[in-house]
Amino acid sequence: MSVKITLDGKEISAREGDNIIDTAANNGVYIPSLCYVKGKPCLGTCRTCSVKVNGKVMAACTIPVSEGMEIDVNGTEITDMRKALVELLFVEGNHNCPSCEKSGRCELQATGYEVDMMVSRFPYRFPVRTVDHASKTVWLERDRCIFCQRCVEFVRDKETGQKIFSIKGRGTESRIEIDAALADKMPAEQVREASDLCPVGCIVDKTQGFDAPIGKRKFEIKTIRERVLEGSTDEG
Amino acid sequence: MKDESVTEIFSHELPATAWDPAKKAIEDAKIQVAMIGFCGCWGCHLSFLDMDEAILGLLEKVTITRSSFTDLKRIPHHCTIGFIEGGIANDENIEVLEHYRENCDILISVGACAVWGGTPAMRNVVPLEECFREAYIDSPTAVPGAKKTIPYHSEIPKITNKVMPCHEVVKMDYFIPGCPPDGEAILKVLDDLVNGREVDLPSDINRYD
Repeated sequence: MSVKITLDGKEISAREGDNIIDTAANNGVYIPSLCYVKGKPCLGTCRTCSVKVNGKVMAACTIPVSEGMEIDVNGTEITDMRKALVELLFVEGNHNCPSCEKSGRCELQATGYEVDMMVSRFPYRFPVRTVDHASKTVWLERDRCIFCQRCVEFVRDKETGQKIFSIKGRGTESRIEIDAALADKMPAEQVREASDLCPVGCIVDKTQGFDAPIGKRKFEIKTIRERVLEGSTDEG
Repeated sequence: MKDESVTEIFSHELPATAWDPAKKAIEDAKIQVAMIGFCGCWGCHLSFLDMDEAILGLLEKVTITRSSFTDLKRIPHHCTIGFIEGGIANDENIEVLEHYRENCDILISVGACAVWGGTPAMRNVVPLEECFREAYIDSPTAVPGAKKTIPYHSEIPKITNKVMPCHEVVKMDYFIPGCPPDGEAILKVLDDLVNGREVDLPSDINRYD
């Protein structure tokens, strides 16, 4: 059923039940997000897609549109809040883009550009996180994990449906874990999928790296904004 | 910095050829820029040169005072812009950065190291003692038979526990991320400042690697 909503002051019609991110993208309005994957159930973990819905701040991926909804995406205050959320992610872990294999293909980096981040307003924490290389196929670079939980929910053992990745600990002690025995059963394509699904360079395919030269990397060919607005899901 | 108890001569105290007065008047009328590299690799300075022929247009309006290009080791007089590369990794860096803050109207953090610590900040997750031990005591490249010692002298700057971004030491006014930033990005920011426009680094030339 079609409903009328207001998006950044413009009245538009939308399909009831669609979430705000997809509705906005269909109407040419980009909302950054790091955990939402189009076509998959929303996770609502990263909050980077925060918008104002009828004056309240909400994660756009979690909210289905309904009649008369007023959505503020690009207002000054909410735009700065989203930028602050991205800046927080950069100080929480150790995000050394120059040394990262995912650079140029990294959604966090691409989103940093979209929100015009030059520096973080928060103090850099430099947490001590250990790399897990127990699996034969996957490097787990915990420095880069942003706890989006995409891998936890969407990467599962093909036979049993069991989760391969999980989050252990709470608060600053939280860390991403990998079940090395299950991970070793993943076929090569699934390892590649998991690595592409990771919005940062935390899940790294041990067999591949630095494939594309600078200037020809994923988000240099087409920005994350263009990809979201096109509804593009290809990982090339 | 000067230790009065020892006799030392700094290079800026040595006799030097005076500027041609006409040339000096032209240069003095331009916007004064001072540059410095702290804990970094000088790659951002090379990126500055990477603006190629655009540098000629820029030098119509600015003149570079203290920098590695001019080999001037002191800021001769108050400057408008300070171009800061590198993170803060020792007490001398802190002292010189404060000197730049006092002597420049605008300070720009240029490159990943100045902006957040960059590659040198990878040591921040390792205790300083362990860093020294690895570098000087247990170093696999140590000279065999040589006495193992961590260098210490009053003239060697003391290393800070962590590599800090410049803005954690003094107020920085603008930031150009990148490792290094493209010459184009550096030119855009300097050109905006020189022409009195609001600084705007568009997302298509902003990068972190």
